[in-house]
Amino acid sequence: MGLGTTPAAPHLASKDDVLTTRLDHLMDILRQGTVNWARRNSLWPMPFATACCGIELMATGASRYDIARFGAEAMRFTPRQCDLMIVAGRVAIKMMPVLQRIYLQMTEPKWVISMGACACTGGVFDNYAVVQGVDQFMPVDVYVPGCPPRPETLLEGVMAIQRIVDNDGIRPSRERGGGRGLRLAVTAPAVPVQLGLPGEN
Amino acid sequence: MTQVAGQSNPFASATYAPEEPGGDLWTLNLGPQHPATHTTLRHVLELDGERVVKCTVHIGYLHSGFEKQGEHLNYNQYVVITDRMNYVSPIANNIAWHHAVERLFDIEITPRCKVVRTLMAELARIQDHLLCVGAAALDLGGFTAFLYGFNERERIYDITEELSGSRFHTSWTRVGGALSDISPRCIEMIREFVRVLPPALDDVEKLLNRNRIFVERTRGIGYISTENAINWGLTGPLARASGVRRDLRKDEPYLCYADNWDGKGATALDFKVPISDLGDVYGRYLVRLEEIRQSLAMIDKLVENIPPGPMNVLAGDKLTLPDKRETYFSIEGLIHHFEQVMTNRGHRPQVGEAYGANETANGELGYYVVSDGGNCAYRARCRPPSFINYQCFPTLVEGHQISDVIAVLGSMNIIAAELDR
Amino acid sequence: MDWLNVDNVLAALAERFAAVEFQPAPLMRLKDASRQQTCIRVPADQLIAVMRFLHDDERCRFDQLADLTCVDYLNFPDAADRYGVTYMLLSTRIGHRLWAKCFVNDPAPEVPSVTGIWKGAEWLEREVWDMFGVKFAGHGDLRRILTWEGFEAHPLRKDYPLRGRGERENYERIERESA
Repeated sequence: MGLGTTPAAPHLASKDDVLTTRLDHLMDILRQGTVNWARRNSLWPMPFATACCGIELMATGASRYDIARFGAEAMRFTPRQCDLMIVAGRVAIKMMPVLQRIYLQMTEPKWVISMGACACTGGVFDNYAVVQGVDQFMPVDVYVPGCPPRPETLLEGVMAIQRIVDNDGIRPSRERGGGRGLRLAVTAPAVPVQLGLPGEN
Repeated sequence: MTQVAGQSNPFASATYAPEEPGGDLWTLNLGPQHPATHTTLRHVLELDGERVVKCTVHIGYLHSGFEKQGEHLNYNQYVVITDRMNYVSPIANNIAWHHAVERLFDIEITPRCKVVRTLMAELARIQDHLLCVGAAALDLGGFTAFLYGFNERERIYDITEELSGSRFHTSWTRVGGALSDISPRCIEMIREFVRVLPPALDDVEKLLNRNRIFVERTRGIGYISTENAINWGLTGPLARASGVRRDLRKDEPYLCYADNWDGKGATALDFKVPISDLGDVYGRYLVRLEEIRQSLAMIDKLVENIPPGPMNVLAGDKLTLPDKRETYFSIEGLIHHFEQVMTNRGHRPQVGEAYGANETANGELGYYVVSDGGNCAYRARCRPPSFINYQCFPTLVEGHQISDVIAVLGSMNIIAAELDR
Repeated sequence: MDWLNVDNVLAALAERFAAVEFQPAPLMRLKDASRQQTCIRVPADQLIAVMRFLHDDERCRFDQLADLTCVDYLNFPDAADRYGVTYMLLSTRIGHRLWAKCFVNDPAPEVPSVTGIWKGAEWLEREVWDMFGVKFAGHGDLRRILTWEGFEAHPLRKDYPLRGRGERENYERIERESA
């Protein structure tokens, strides 16, 4: 029985399947415990601070709310060194191509927090000059509401990103057969999504 | 740099002529995303090595249609938008907006309201200067001063949260009064703040005033003469650091800075206006620090002397919302409430125009309001100090090095939202 | 309110520019006449001469241009002209303020530039051009300042809608390539 052959009775596990699933599970634990753990505790934000939310972002980085507890005080202003882009503030149409370019310059893996009502949906500025939400033109992982969001709210957003990073590349349990060595047929998603580290699939 | 004859730059050695005129120039684009903490500003610098030969400024990266929005929101709704202009001292914009609108309505607010508004205006000035000094130090590498400044600003946020419910964008003023009265707890917090700020300011001064690096990076940098400052339209600490003797609180007094502010002969608030003739980045820093100390002395006097009485002008003129007991328990009160809040109702000023200006931390913040008799302004123009102050920036940096560009930018306190509106 | 008292200025102007009808009037009628802000009408062809006089003359000495803006009187009740370019002049020496309006109309509204008198008019005039479409002859660098390149309209005109005409929808979308 080689790997890759589907048994006639799929609920019956072969010992090769069990080995693969246990190995997958071990890789997941290792991944979550080392790579993802390291990433989530050292998210370096790219502070794309345009307006008032930028001041609350600075306040989050200052001494009272201290984003350094999350390992995220290294606000490097160069996209090459950052993994978390925090779009803080309204994005005018004139600024939008700049934001797109900076997002593209960030290296993988990268996540985006859309901070504040203006970045999420355009906020109070429903007019000719403001983009009605950055998710109209770039992918966003976490939306932090508020005008401006309190620093605690932003920290909750950062913690949500940490939860996303924790589970990054980890296949959910039901795909792995619930640990019982069953290989479920997984239908391919309509848009191919690349999970895990490059080179591994 | 353009100089008027008779004014000499004592630090002329900080700028120098190119050895090889027309030699290799290269272009550097600084912004709109850049390491200095001044949001969306863009400079295109033409450099001869490290030295700036020409600087072109591009703005508009935060243009959000504020003035257009003002034509669609009524006089009490627009205060929410004004918060978002100079966002480092939001309550000052609220006060300035309603100052102009109350001039349009030709009404006089109550003495208690004047005192509390003056108090909040001075707190806003401290808030703004603390951030400006902190961010200027941060841009030059002094992270600690930034943290000290922000820590004190958090106390001001606590005060505004107690007063208006929101720590940052307060939207606190209304036509004829304010959203909420000042509570005893808030007064206690202000007293505590007055007690706690001077040691923090002393710490910042110890870190920066005689710091060799800070002084070398700011002395002689970004000099502008008095005549040029006036001609370019500079106001506020930028102008006062260049020797322009002008402060709206003394020259065109309003609120508690004017004599007889309570209608019973009270004297105007006594304070000094710091003026420097250094004209460079260091001078602006010193002027701002001294303004914080003066503001603190003013707050100390004001908080002990808040007169009793109503905060809002009488509800009978249909300018402010009636007391909730009236709204809930009498039909006239309910009608009056709806007259104020429904979108096809609201205030109906006369047809005309008015301009009202306040001296905020950045300079003369004025609103030019045109009314056509409707409940929304016909034109709500903001006279933005950051915009007008920023025009002279290319003349300030030509001849300096790239790192001086950041120092000058930090000293000008350019708030991008006020700049671009 | 001494800083609003411009009688000397009006007298000086009447003396120097006897032919011009300045029509000095308060911006708004107030209960206390001493708090009224005075505004004069300056015709566009006399603008530079009048502004130069206001800057130089001893009784006026308006050495600072505090603000330069425009109001579009399209929907205003009883308005005769469309664009009122408004100048707010301030004298730091004497301390008084004066408002001046220069009215122009479509098509091709144009006003001479005062950047030769006050350098601080540079960006203010660019902003009026950007927002209203009023040109300033002699400015030298009249291009858009607040709106983006390729934006065709003049947003603060009354016939331009608040939400624009679809310009804000015009962007490229970046899809996520990886998680």
